[in-house]
Amino acid sequence: MKTKDLLLGPIFTNNPIALQVLGICSALAVTSQLKQVVIMGAAVALVTGVSSAMFSAIRNYTPNSIRIIVQMTVAASAVIVADQVLKAYFFDVSKQMSVYIGLIITNCIVMGRMEGFAAKNSPLPSFIDGIGNGLGYSAMLLAVGFVRELFGSGKLFGFSIFPLTTEGGWYQSNGLLLLPPSAFFIIGCMIWLLRTYKPDQQEQD
Amino acid sequence: MSETAGRTVVVATVLCGFCSVLVAGAVMVLKPKQDINKELDFKKNILQSAGLMNAGTDIEEAFKQVEPIVVDLSTGDIAQGVDVSKFNQDKADKNPEYVEQLDKKEDVAGIKRRSKLQKVYLVKKEGHIDQIVLHVYGKGLWSTMKGFLALDKDGNTVKGFNYYSHGETPGLGGEVDNPKWIGQWPGKKMFDAENDFKPMTRVMKGGVNLSNPQAAYQIDGLSGATLTSVGVEHTFNFWMSDMGYGKFLTKIRNGEIQ
Repeated sequence: MKTKDLLLGPIFTNNPIALQVLGICSALAVTSQLKQVVIMGAAVALVTGVSSAMFSAIRNYTPNSIRIIVQMTVAASAVIVADQVLKAYFFDVSKQMSVYIGLIITNCIVMGRMEGFAAKNSPLPSFIDGIGNGLGYSAMLLAVGFVRELFGSGKLFGFSIFPLTTEGGWYQSNGLLLLPPSAFFIIGCMIWLLRTYKPDQQEQD
Repeated sequence: MSETAGRTVVVATVLCGFCSVLVAGAVMVLKPKQDINKELDFKKNILQSAGLMNAGTDIEEAFKQVEPIVVDLSTGDIAQGVDVSKFNQDKADKNPEYVEQLDKKEDVAGIKRRSKLQKVYLVKKEGHIDQIVLHVYGKGLWSTMKGFLALDKDGNTVKGFNYYSHGETPGLGGEVDNPKWIGQWPGKKMFDAENDFKPMTRVMKGGVNLSNPQAAYQIDGLSGATLTSVGVEHTFNFWMSDMGYGKFLTKIRNGEIQ
């Protein structure tokens, strides 16, 4: 496979959220503000890339019986490092998001890519595949976050776009969009749109 | 690849060793930077409770009007022979010389023990005390909730309050850091001035009835979080009593501490 396909494929044609329906849990939790989305997306992309590369490097030495626990250890270490870096350089964001960053370990994309790709490929393609899937995850989260922040609180990246009625403007904010379940509806609509546009992604039954 | 037990153990050990070095290394390297952030955040919380923190405020600059002192709670005076700049509250909380165990009756806030020395932050304007920022903490449902309470120079009226650390259920007890809930604190009174300055704070289930003469001492309860609300009430009742800052605040009111 070509590097470009590895990197860009997961964004549209093989999106981890839209097609594989992985990593939905954190997509609900962090998408009410775009600033959080960007940090979360970057953290997931790096963690997935680094842990895929690390696991790929030791894939031929790892006995099959402890394969999964080895993947967990690698991913957990990468997550702790990511959390520490955020605490040092993005303290405000990390205070709000520390819980979710810690939970990247349970994000199915990380383990899914290690098991599905890194176990059979060499480190560099595995790294790129991890980053690509992280980007696919981020693209989806950005789209959801855009809708939720714009219509939920009239802002984008914290800047007022629609002045709210509570602050003397004209826009009555949609409270549902600030609650996690709204992300379900938005992701559902996006999967629908994507599969209408690319019918080959539809599941046959 | 052959799968013997020995091989499995070796791979697992080497991997764990490598990962520990990686994690420990990251923590070591980043610690100084994180500590600076934590201290700035601490100062920010103090300024926030005193209402001095606005968008774009330079924290270090704004903190210059804040003067830390160490108070001996057993007398209510400024502690003698303690160097404020070197005083570390976390260490004092563990120092057997200062720590007093609380018996069941005294331990309203569920904290078991407390240091008799407490760091207090005075916000000064033109050399006079303008606000007094007190550190208060007590048990909620799951966690110890820690916050800063800013009182006016009368040692009674609340200027601001916020929790900077708690582990209550998000959406229920976690609403203690909701700006709307925090926003009802300024203007409330801690003590009944007509009744020997008795601590009066009550957190009301179902909300405060503003026509009630007691409303000045009352705060809305959090729906779905009865135990957290009770914890908030107990925290205040403890720290405003003579076991807490009671004696110190009496001296402030009488003008004995400038």
